[in-house]
Amino acid sequence: MSAERRGDALAAAGWRTRMRWPRAWRSPLGIVGSVIALAWVIVAFTASWWVPFEPNAQVLPRLQEPGIDTLLGTDGTGRDIFSRLMTGATVTIPLALMLVVAAMVIGTVVGAVAGYFGRWVDETLMRLTDLVMAFPTVILAMVIAASLGPSLFNAVIAAIVVSWPQYARVTRSLVLGLRGQNYVIAGRLLGHSPLRSLTVDILPNIIGPVLVLATLDIGAAILLLSGLSFLGLGAQPPTAEWGSMISSAIQNFDAWWLGVFPGLAILTVVAAFNFLGDALRDVLDPTAEVSKENQADRAASATGTPA
Amino acid sequence: MTDRIVLDARDLVVRYPGSPPVVAVDGVSLRIGAGETVALVGESGSGKSSVARAVAGIDRPAEGEVLFDSAPVSPLGIRRRARSLTAIQMVFQDPSTSLNPRRRVGDQVSDGIAAARARGLAASRPEEWFERVGLDTSWVSRFPHQFSGGQKQRVAIARALAARPHLLVADEPISALDASTQTSVAALMRDLVAELGAGMLFISHDLAVVRRIADRTLVMYGGRVMETGPTAEIWDSPRHPYTRSLLAAIPVPDGAGRIPVAPTADERASWTAIPPIEN
Repeated sequence: MSAERRGDALAAAGWRTRMRWPRAWRSPLGIVGSVIALAWVIVAFTASWWVPFEPNAQVLPRLQEPGIDTLLGTDGTGRDIFSRLMTGATVTIPLALMLVVAAMVIGTVVGAVAGYFGRWVDETLMRLTDLVMAFPTVILAMVIAASLGPSLFNAVIAAIVVSWPQYARVTRSLVLGLRGQNYVIAGRLLGHSPLRSLTVDILPNIIGPVLVLATLDIGAAILLLSGLSFLGLGAQPPTAEWGSMISSAIQNFDAWWLGVFPGLAILTVVAAFNFLGDALRDVLDPTAEVSKENQADRAASATGTPA
Repeated sequence: MTDRIVLDARDLVVRYPGSPPVVAVDGVSLRIGAGETVALVGESGSGKSSVARAVAGIDRPAEGEVLFDSAPVSPLGIRRRARSLTAIQMVFQDPSTSLNPRRRVGDQVSDGIAAARARGLAASRPEEWFERVGLDTSWVSRFPHQFSGGQKQRVAIARALAARPHLLVADEPISALDASTQTSVAALMRDLVAELGAGMLFISHDLAVVRRIADRTLVMYGGRVMETGPTAEIWDSPRHPYTRSLLAAIPVPDGAGRIPVAPTADERASWTAIPPIEN
């Protein structure tokens, strides 16, 4: 057999692998989710430059219906809903992303340390995790936000405190599963320190599922932040924020456009990130990984390679 | 073979928790000299792998002691392994789980080289080790999933040998490979280990392979060593009934289509009653 032929077979396998990624993304919901999520992220980082009115400028007629002048109408103090909605994205989405990243980092570190070191470290960290998980998420977040004082920053802290435990749980179980793997033991036999063993041998192999969880969690984070703002524990007036916009819409119950559009904004962004997370899960499906591996092995044996 | 003893395990007992506790290894002693290949054979469940894990320091034996280069082997704990103990390396049974799927194979072999350098030995390059185990040197930048099972096992062997071990523990390294590659991988391991002047504990249930590569053979049954001696002697004139039965279990391709008869329960019970034989 020639090395070139084997190279060809592997190149073909590699080509199939590259083709698999878009295919998994090409599920209808995956595309819808990606497009909407991307659109919202772009809005979140650029809105301040192109919104037609200052989000807090009270320059328009009060409670104007959606129309030509004001795309989505105005609120009870004459502010443009469209501008406030877009500006709200610049507040909510970056904070939600930051919140999820922070919760993921904290939870992953706690879970990895607990799972890797075991014994009393595991017991201590996991009972702490259980303690936080025992409370209903929103109630605990309300308690923390209320005791820290109502502000958007404190709402983010409260949301981080209530959302890291799920990452700790998932990471711990994944680390427990990998700790006894032969390649981890082989690394230890070669003199890897615990830190190196964790960062080189274990974490790269569990980051996929954790990322999926994080993507699915972005939607929940946005809901939680908006919920806290709705309850008056997050963004304070006059900050344009979706939750507080819905909250103030209650005062003008007849003007349907006050509540519907922020609600739709929350709905679309939460749904989009959930679709995205589902697609990511399909892409990173471990069984798909296995079938890929078998495919590569078959391709190799088909060329008659002596192992 | 030299007179230097790299491994001296005395009266190993390995128990696994349960009620009653499972005694996987019951008083096994073995010595391996530098440059010597010792085979451990026996049916599954006879405690071969437990001996391997205890000898390599992965698990702590319940009783007995393991001396490596005349110093006790401390089991793998939370801490980084003592530098001198990185001279014990292991090759695992399942090649698909013995390499980190997210790292390039060259980097993984480099870990072995780093372990050797940490003990003050000369540096080498992963390509050299790829060449020694019969892999293309341009494959160092590949990932494990781009290799077949036999090739992965060669990478795992390269990683273990790159650490320049004094003792290589091979826990059924060839049983997951197909028949055509088993012998070549086993012979490769023996040659490279002899080249390094290291001792090897080679665990297998494949007696045909063991016969070709091992200097001495230990036959295990029910957690105890039933017979020890030079491989050729055990092969030619087995004295313990269990060894005889193990050798009789090898199918003979004589065209008659005979399958070796499985031993009866009475026979199995009688084996443990017969004291171990040392040739």
